[in-house]
Amino acid sequence: MKKKRRFKRGEIPTASMADIAFLLLIFFLVTTTIDMDKGLGIVLPAEGEEIEIKKDNILNCLINSSGNVLLGGESIKTKDISKKIRRKIAENDKLIISVKAHEKTKYSDYIAVMDQLKMANAKRISIAEID
Amino acid sequence: MKVHRKTKVSSDIPTASMPDIIFMLLIFFMVTTVLREYSGLPVELPKAKRIEKLKSKRHTSHIWISKEGLISIQDKLHSVENVRHVMYDIRAADPLLTVSLKADKSAKMGLISNIHNELRKADALKLNYSTKTAVE
Repeated sequence: MKKKRRFKRGEIPTASMADIAFLLLIFFLVTTTIDMDKGLGIVLPAEGEEIEIKKDNILNCLINSSGNVLLGGESIKTKDISKKIRRKIAENDKLIISVKAHEKTKYSDYIAVMDQLKMANAKRISIAEID
Repeated sequence: MKVHRKTKVSSDIPTASMPDIIFMLLIFFMVTTVLREYSGLPVELPKAKRIEKLKSKRHTSHIWISKEGLISIQDKLHSVENVRHVMYDIRAADPLLTVSLKADKSAKMGLISNIHNELRKADALKLNYSTKTAVE
């Protein structure tokens, strides 16, 4: 007895084509990593845009090389900055926070301070140049 | 007398064009995904809580700063004084540019401050400190 052929000669089965395509699609969907860039956004002042500000409206925030923060002349823990800034802004909404870091300050300490300022919704941040 | 329906409506969905539809989807995804252009330097990003997403990947240019103080833009190492020329060209080509600063968490602020000044000179003012998400 001759065995019956399932397909005619020279024909590719197309029934499983959709499954194969689906598998490929899912493979690409899973493997493409959409690594969205995220971070703290700031806008730098344009070159030569120095303006004079009243002394009362400036709050100095100094960071030393070991990551300790001096806010308005008082030493403060990094995690308490946002609370204090929030209070100060409530008192004076024209307040500009001037962040000044030491040359050897670690970038992560600076980011921690910037994060605290963002948390306090401080819009007026100035980054002082290191001299 | 029973009324018979004249036309029979077939109840199954035609699957013959299914592979074509799926292939279309596949090609769409393959075309639209932007692959990472530059590999940069190995950096360990700092962590922050109040982060925002960068709006468009196409209008973003990265600057990598390693902990040794190397600066890499578009997979080429540059000196600090050179950053302004490189960034000026990139900024001129794309007015909506946002610079994403991928600096190592133990990089020194002296260098970051110099980069700030260079970016100001290059008129690339929109800056984003690239960070990881910190758990609250």
